[in-house]
Amino acid sequence: MSEPTNKTITIDGREIPFEEGQTIMDAALAADIYIPHLCHRPGLSPHGSCKLCTVEVNGRSASACTLPASSGQEISNNTDALNEVRKTITQMLFVEGNHFCPSCEKTGNCTLQAVAYHLDMLDGHFPQFYPRREVDASHPGIMLDRDRCILCELCVRASREVDGKDVFAITGRGTDARLIVNSESGKLVDTNITTDDLAAHICPVGAILIKEEGYEVPIGRRTFDLHMVGEPGLEPVILRKGQHSDEH
Amino acid sequence: MDTNNGSDTKPGSLTRQNDHLLHRLYDLQQQFHHIPQQSIINLATELKLPISQIEGVVDFYSFFHRSPRGRYDILFSNCTSCGDLAMMQQLCEKLNVSPGNTRADGSVSIDATSCIGMCDQGPALLVNGRTITQLSAQRLEMIASHVEAATPLDQWPAEWFRVQDNVRKNGLLLGTAFDTGSALSAAINMEPEALLAEITKSGLRGRGGAGFGTGMKWKFCREAKGDAHYVICNADEGEPGTFKDRILLTSHAHAVFEGMTLCGYVIGAQKGYLYLRAEYRYLLPELYAVLSRRQQAGLLGAGILGQTGFDFDIDIIVGAGAYICGEESSLIESMEQKRGIPRVRPPFPVTSGFLGQPTVVNNVETLAAAAQIAIHGSEWFNTQGSDKSDGTKILSVSGDCTTPGIYEYPFGVSIQKILDDCGAENVQAIQVGGPSGTLIGPDEFERKLGFEDLATGGSFMIFGAERDLLAVISNFAHFFAHESCGFCTPCRVGTSLLKNGLDKIVSGHGTRYDMDEMYRMATLVKRRSHCGLGQTAANPVLDALQRFPKLFEERLLHSEYAPHFDLDASLEEARRITHRDDAEAHLS
Ligand SMILES: Cc1cc2nc3c(=O)[nH]c(=O)nc-3n(C[C@H](O)[C@H](O)[C@H](O)COP(=O)(O)O)c2cc1C
Ligand code: SF4
Ligand code: SF4
Ligand code: FES
Repeated sequence: MSEPTNKTITIDGREIPFEEGQTIMDAALAADIYIPHLCHRPGLSPHGSCKLCTVEVNGRSASACTLPASSGQEISNNTDALNEVRKTITQMLFVEGNHFCPSCEKTGNCTLQAVAYHLDMLDGHFPQFYPRREVDASHPGIMLDRDRCILCELCVRASREVDGKDVFAITGRGTDARLIVNSESGKLVDTNITTDDLAAHICPVGAILIKEEGYEVPIGRRTFDLHMVGEPGLEPVILRKGQHSDEH
Repeated sequence: MDTNNGSDTKPGSLTRQNDHLLHRLYDLQQQFHHIPQQSIINLATELKLPISQIEGVVDFYSFFHRSPRGRYDILFSNCTSCGDLAMMQQLCEKLNVSPGNTRADGSVSIDATSCIGMCDQGPALLVNGRTITQLSAQRLEMIASHVEAATPLDQWPAEWFRVQDNVRKNGLLLGTAFDTGSALSAAINMEPEALLAEITKSGLRGRGGAGFGTGMKWKFCREAKGDAHYVICNADEGEPGTFKDRILLTSHAHAVFEGMTLCGYVIGAQKGYLYLRAEYRYLLPELYAVLSRRQQAGLLGAGILGQTGFDFDIDIIVGAGAYICGEESSLIESMEQKRGIPRVRPPFPVTSGFLGQPTVVNNVETLAAAAQIAIHGSEWFNTQGSDKSDGTKILSVSGDCTTPGIYEYPFGVSIQKILDDCGAENVQAIQVGGPSGTLIGPDEFERKLGFEDLATGGSFMIFGAERDLLAVISNFAHFFAHESCGFCTPCRVGTSLLKNGLDKIVSGHGTRYDMDEMYRMATLVKRRSHCGLGQTAANPVLDALQRFPKLFEERLLHSEYAPHFDLDASLEEARRITHRDDAEAHLS
């Protein structure tokens, strides 16, 4: 008998290969299978907090971005039931913060918004929480509007793992959890963040914005005006700033 | 045994982790009644930690504050068994302060806090971290005058601070005398492998709730490679209605520490930690004393019982008010001076725990049982109990019965038997295993305690016929929303939505639609949350919807839909400001 050399998992009936050490998300992305996600970005350590990537592995609920792939996993991903769960989770993220899309500079480039469209979300459904959160406009180049923060910690990890700094952190507990800045004053201007940092660009929503770039790309030509969030290979496009997303 | 809870600091003591962030913040909170920003900045420099990490910790734990609390900071338990929020209201009125606030003169602040583990002798409160039990109208009156007179806490009547064991029924663990050191003597006559085999054979499973095989856990950890191995005793005991670990730490501390030491022997650890919930801070002086007696007797330290190479020490880390820190990976994060956010698993603590090293986390009772098993053998233990649940379980019985307290039973005991023993009559419902456990009604009282039927970490809350059970469910929903760590979306947002949904129904504004929505949300929170807190937070709602639907239905508005948002009520503030209350100023 020969040892099977290729390790595989099955997502919605499609068998795909994986390498040792990959998560289900890694394997799916490599095979151009879209599993909705918000707190995950290839190249940063997995986080597992938004739960948008919830899948069912042999019938059990799991986060695709953190669960290691292992041979024989039967995974449900793009099912009506799971997409309904994801839609509800997205609605929960919307009502928990203050998201007024029409007045947000990120509109059209916002992954939260794009995911909501993808999941056919038509309203927030739940009563709004209307939290009071602080804006930090202290930095000359970067704006921090916590109203839109979804606590994904992408900026926290990007600053630590890629920029080699430690600019952001989460504080508080439960619905009091909020993003803070690592400086004596708690202000962005007193950190060593620059507009070249990945942390300044990685925010999936409009919580961290580069100043003086507002509306450079007109509405109608923004990332998700031209692309579907589930398109293969979109990650670099989402990150590319200050350019029309149909330019190269 | 009784304990009087007095002041807790033991400066310079061998075992006090003086530089642990949680301990430093506790000192600052005591000194300034809050944690000043400048102190955070100074600490960051001194401990070489990011400012944001210290701020994160301050804001995460309930017992640290950024703005000043009163010189007397009074916290009433809001547990359905040891809490009495009407009393809190009364004391607030007497002292002219509103809940959650500090009086303008800075003398007093009053607030509510999650269960403080005094469910057999409530109502209870904490004043500057010290426990007062058996509150009465008279006691409240006297507390108020002591506060007004600024009497130092040490001069308050000592009997107020008395905490009783209230052991009502002994079993294998509580009823068998334990000779200090005897488990270790027995152990060193066996190889670690043989001791491990004995623990495994006993069938002992974790007493903290999840019931993982203790022998298996120790074996995995022993086999895991690392620079060091660690033993952690989980004394966070935060589940409302649970207080059995308090009794073990009060009157059986030697057995607990000996269990930790045995575990160290088996897994090859030289260091153990007791993670103690802040609500039990009053136990510290005695626990330190026991540790130093054990050191003197050669039962801790280098070369235990003269065995070269058998080195083991124990430190104590005190939490700061966070139920989630009972979850083993949050507990480890907390020990690492961070917010108590549960880790992604795998890896599990047995391979990557404290400081990334192989770590066993066991409940207090599990470790005490292990010590007794080392002495008396596996059969002594597993001849009691049921098929899948060997041995006995110590229960914390509280609520509507004549003799609340500690009861130890072999697994397999029926609910009805327990009710008979503690004098509970006319029972409406029981919460087995605390709010995260199972709510059952009278038609299920023949069910049995055990991992195969009703699993429990030890909380047993009894609700008599007169209780407003929906208010109880709502209390639990508030508990989980308050204690959610906020890491994952389903639990962070979902527990708040459940809380608000219940409030709406309890206040008589709910409809059938709200009930259905609550069911849908509860299912999502249970299935999709990151850790055990979220995965169990919806249990009371789901159990109540299934077993007691009438409770909800009786409160419903008889329409299909009513908005959460009450337009007329929201105009109240405007009416007040404009001094109007005429018909025109109302929307109906
Ligand atoms: C929210 C939450 C709170 C917990 N609290 C405690 C606790 O206070 N004490 C405890 O021993 N285990 C608690 N646990 C279980 C621990 O994670 C862990 O399973 C246990 O300490 C392992 O010890 P054992 O195997 O001896 O039971 C809690 C779990 C969760 C999810
Ligand atoms: S600011 Fe943006 S990137 Fe950072 S945690 Fe909030 S949503 Fe995520
Ligand atoms: S389930 Fe709740 S307590 Fe657990 S990680 Fe999620 S938010 Fe935190
Ligand atoms: S993408 Fe997996 S939990 Fe957020």
